[in-house]
Amino acid sequence: MHLSREEERAYQGELGESLRKAMEILVALGEIYGADQLIPIRSVQVAGVSFKTIGEAGLEWISDLRGKVAVPAVLNPAGMDLARWREMKIGENFAKKQLKVVEAYRRLGVSPDCTCTPYQIRPELARRDDHLAWSESSAVSFANSVIGARTNREGGPSALAAALVGKTPRYGYHLEENRIPTHKIAVDADLEPSDYGILGFIVGREVGEGVPRFRFRRRPEVDELKALGAAMAASGSVALYYFDEDAPDAPKGAEEIALTAEDLRAVREENAPDGDVDIVAVGCPHSSPNELEELARLLEGKRVERELWICTARRIAERCPRLVEKIERSGARVFCDTCMVVSPASDRYNKMMVNSGKALAYVPGLCKMRAAYGSAAECVEAATRRG
Amino acid sequence: MEIPCHRISGGKASGPALASTESISFLGTVDPETGMVVDPGHQLFGKGVGGKVLIFPGGKGSTVGSYVIYQLKKRGVAPLAMINLRSEPIVAVGAIISGIPLVDGLPAEILRLEEGALVTVDADRERVIVDDL
Repeated sequence: MHLSREEERAYQGELGESLRKAMEILVALGEIYGADQLIPIRSVQVAGVSFKTIGEAGLEWISDLRGKVAVPAVLNPAGMDLARWREMKIGENFAKKQLKVVEAYRRLGVSPDCTCTPYQIRPELARRDDHLAWSESSAVSFANSVIGARTNREGGPSALAAALVGKTPRYGYHLEENRIPTHKIAVDADLEPSDYGILGFIVGREVGEGVPRFRFRRRPEVDELKALGAAMAASGSVALYYFDEDAPDAPKGAEEIALTAEDLRAVREENAPDGDVDIVAVGCPHSSPNELEELARLLEGKRVERELWICTARRIAERCPRLVEKIERSGARVFCDTCMVVSPASDRYNKMMVNSGKALAYVPGLCKMRAAYGSAAECVEAATRRG
Repeated sequence: MEIPCHRISGGKASGPALASTESISFLGTVDPETGMVVDPGHQLFGKGVGGKVLIFPGGKGSTVGSYVIYQLKKRGVAPLAMINLRSEPIVAVGAIISGIPLVDGLPAEILRLEEGALVTVDADRERVIVDDL
């Protein structure tokens, strides 16, 4: 890999130990993946935030680093709402460690915005054709597919290294040749908003790490694309997909998959709630203002009979105080900075109902709990039903 | 003899070899507190990686494995150095953040090296020196 003189100096340790390690990570990954050089990036989203995943060792590593990020950087969701963790019944010890993790990142200049949807709170972090180093799989998918930016799916240390250096090795989805569709997906159905999570859940399993090119009857809304991409990145590892009429076509010989309303209905029925749901969680990926508005409307005049958690980014909750208040009047709770998948708070329940194909894919493995799927309205129904 | 190799993580260290022909998923295979290989299905089951030059084809499994390597280092039970045929990101990142010399690009015979043979990994000079070969 070719390094500029300045990059070479950093690599050799002339600019300090932390930059040396950061450069070493970028160069090692670049060489493993056959990158020819480092390229400047617009922003970074750093994974490795929840203390549940990184543990003591991760906390120590971040705390030991010195220096400041060279480009804007934000965080992935943490293991708890950084302010209301007691309401999530998070233990004191976990909370103390989790706050230390966020503080250690903040000292490096990383903004303590803990969200899987940085594009919802700070659009300037990713524009069309920007190179990025983002981590969270649904954010990566959204950036590549909906925004038209370019990012690989970074691990925690490689994202932080990219933030300190302001660059990332040029390989993978940064290169045009790896952004060509590999599968044609024809969706012959009129889709409801809540169908996109199930659709993504199905397609991710089919295409693995491929690049699906969809044909829909109508252009999906932004929140629908968010749900679709998140689910495909969880049930498979799709980091890029196409949905526009004018998107590039898959080359001849690409695998074709045709899906009908019946295919979607079958998977939905398999995952329908059967009455023993004891917690309902929505906001995976983090709820948008529109989704909060829908939930506020659905919950109007109702009381929840079991836990209903709505996860969003702190900046979104702060931007919509009236919606949050309306939602919480029902007994539901709007938690920020976190999500059901990375928080240990959900460990004490048995079956979680979600409206997210991503959560449906992850909850059984990561939270050791059964999962059921429904629309936002069905989730509210399950949370407010008596008995 | 000296074997040329490719630097992944800089530094130099010498110690007794512990070699395996099987890949290692650090998360789940190696106990982060003791450095013992706790997966009964692994060739190195029951052995400790601490203080050894650990030689294996490459890493696999969860990316949390990088932090497991860092934790081994912090607990003083990490390998002194590591040698791969071809490094992948989990072990590469783990070695770098932990300051453990790591090289790759050696011939596969290195995986058959006898346990305890003295090996020097000089990642900065991109050389592996095996004493009794």
